[in-house]
Amino acid sequence: MNFEDNTEEAAFRTEARAWIQANAPHELRTGLQAAIAQTTSSVHPPEIDGYDPLKISKAWQARKSEAGWACLHWPTQFGGRDATPIQRVIWQQEEGIYSQLSNLFVVGHGMAGPTLITHGTAAQKERHLNPIVSGQDVWCQLFSEPSGGSDLAGLRSRAQRSGDEWIINGQKIWTTHGQFADWGIMLVRTDPSVVKHEGLTMFIVDMKAAGVEARPIKQMTGEMHFCEVFFTDVRVPDSNRIGAIGGGWRVSLTTLMNERLQLAAAIPTGVPEFFDLCCELETSTGLPIDDPAVRAQLATWIARQRGLQWAMMRTISALSGGRPPGPENSIGKLVAGEIAQELCAFALDIQGPAGAILDEKGTGRSFQKMLLTSPAIRVGGGTAEIQKNILAEQVLGLPADIRADKGMPFNKIPTGRS
Amino acid sequence: MNFEFSPEQLQIKEEARRVLADLSSPANVRKVLDSGAGIDRNLWTILAELGFLGAAIPEAYGGTGAGHLELCAIAEELGRANAAIPFSSSICLGAELILAAGTEQQKSHWLPKLARGASIACLAVTEGPGQIVPQGIQAVFKGGRINGTKVAVLDAAVADIAIVAARSGETICLYIVDMQNSGVTRTPLTTIDPTRLQAQLDMRDVPADLLAADGWNVLTRALDRAAVLAAFEQVGGAERALEMARDYALERYAFGRPIGSFQAIKHKLVDMYVSVALARSNSYYGAWALQDDAPELPEAAAAARVSATQAHQLCVKENIQVHGGMGFTWEFDCHLYYRRAHLLAISLGGLTHWQDRLIEQLRARRVITA
Repeated sequence: MNFEDNTEEAAFRTEARAWIQANAPHELRTGLQAAIAQTTSSVHPPEIDGYDPLKISKAWQARKSEAGWACLHWPTQFGGRDATPIQRVIWQQEEGIYSQLSNLFVVGHGMAGPTLITHGTAAQKERHLNPIVSGQDVWCQLFSEPSGGSDLAGLRSRAQRSGDEWIINGQKIWTTHGQFADWGIMLVRTDPSVVKHEGLTMFIVDMKAAGVEARPIKQMTGEMHFCEVFFTDVRVPDSNRIGAIGGGWRVSLTTLMNERLQLAAAIPTGVPEFFDLCCELETSTGLPIDDPAVRAQLATWIARQRGLQWAMMRTISALSGGRPPGPENSIGKLVAGEIAQELCAFALDIQGPAGAILDEKGTGRSFQKMLLTSPAIRVGGGTAEIQKNILAEQVLGLPADIRADKGMPFNKIPTGRS
Repeated sequence: MNFEFSPEQLQIKEEARRVLADLSSPANVRKVLDSGAGIDRNLWTILAELGFLGAAIPEAYGGTGAGHLELCAIAEELGRANAAIPFSSSICLGAELILAAGTEQQKSHWLPKLARGASIACLAVTEGPGQIVPQGIQAVFKGGRINGTKVAVLDAAVADIAIVAARSGETICLYIVDMQNSGVTRTPLTTIDPTRLQAQLDMRDVPADLLAADGWNVLTRALDRAAVLAAFEQVGGAERALEMARDYALERYAFGRPIGSFQAIKHKLVDMYVSVALARSNSYYGAWALQDDAPELPEAAAAARVSATQAHQLCVKENIQVHGGMGFTWEFDCHLYYRRAHLLAISLGGLTHWQDRLIEQLRARRVITA
């Protein structure tokens, strides 16, 4: 066991570090650090006083793209670098804080792009891949709907054929970057008379087209990091269809698989910050760290947080050895979500009645804010319960859930509404 | 980087699993439970012959000199098989203490015997209820002899020597004591896990051989090292309990379907899986620190121990729950794992002890991530 790079990894790291040192927008470093401390989103483009978030994001992406440091895992023929998974990890480590400037492109680079590479027509690749790599076009993913997130295949947005076009009506929700996006990758129902998975089709949708309206959703934190997107008689040419009519579910699996393959950057649990708070906060009964009840609880969270950290190192180690990540790669969100929410409540508790104060400058401020954000970790990108079902079925080999709608045409599935 | 066991180490692990599947089946463990022998002598001898006991003892002292990662891999398999042998006492504590602190003469005399399994060592520290702390040590060494009483000494009933913590003046030192000496009285104790016997040791004017003058520091370090190995044993036991629960959930039907298709059971099993994955990852880091004798060893050991104890306790508890009433019977094997888990959880100091140690180490460094 060792934590050092091998020769090739070290050479790649040296090259990446030198290029980043010479080219990164160092003038933004302090602002990026402040932005991270303020935001509760890991994918929102960083907001820095005096700068346009879209402009600074696109400028860094363009510079990387020109030098061949964009979309490292993509094939070179589409503007990538054919990089190995471990090279991607090393790049992420070296890019560090500047990787925040890539938030705007996560859907294009991680989901829409790979889906087009696998299922797109030659014309679609020609038109879209280059602007995705260079950061010229921002993409969003239009999958979830108000009537169902966990049950994705139960979506209700409709596309109806009209000559060489499709006319789309419906509503999508939880659309990250919906307010910024130029293009969307959209899963809609084209045939409600067949079994739900078989009546779906995937389209490329112009987010600036007539009838598309993206409205930011105000979250319980007061921030607006997602949109709901309304489609009213939106016309999409058939040339924007990805894959076969009725083949949308298969295409969406590629998209989602790429989403899961993205190495889970360590999801913030709040544990290191809470440890500092326990060591520093002068309460009426002394330092929290001297309280046995606090110590026991804190130690349990630290052990879990470290467990996640070393699980991630095992994943990186597997990638370094050319092996696929093990199933422990998929426990991050589950564990981080549980820790974060419980920990925040406890961090307020040790402050007594004063714990309610959301003091932007004082000690412990982040926990009040994080308390309000933390529910998102347990519901976003698949609820904890759905994640547990997936782990149970795919890792432990337990039977799939019995589905009440199995084999039923979509339009006969009970909805609980008359 | 490489944060995995090497192919050679994995080969040793596989060999250990194969041997233990054959020789330490639940039926074998039950024989020890029923006989009250407290040790599976046949298994002990064969593991010694295969070089598993001496895996981290240098060749010069009769071991194979393979290393501590190999010992971690073997410990995990012993935990998985619930092996009824004094491995943790004799090898992870006894041999490690003699290797770390012994004179050349002590090492040459004892290590080959321990590696061969011809002698068994145990560690005698605890004198009463409570965690392991210096003020708990009241046994006295004076004029070459020890007087005092130790309780709940794991594997004392089958041991040939005990490593005893006693006061020499104000200092706590460690001594090697011959269990056959007439001044030693061993009183067997009834405990939660009869597959590993415990005894009370009464020592009256027993001759003792000094092992470590700086006894408390040597002991603390040895406990850290043993905690990593114990964590692997716990991970092995926890993972086996998870597999037992999973297998039962697949074969047991209720309401016309396998109970493993109910989300209440699926989610319970995933909670077990997650706890094992976290414990295993922490244990790997502990193994790295143990192998490299890294400065991070104390925090790595404490985190591994906390994580593994919690995983082990969760898995053996929920294994019984998934089995329902059958899990509560003597006939089903769930209780063997339940008993062992709760023994291992406290044998090196309980959860509170290791939680405290983790916090103290990190507080001293004020760093959480390595």
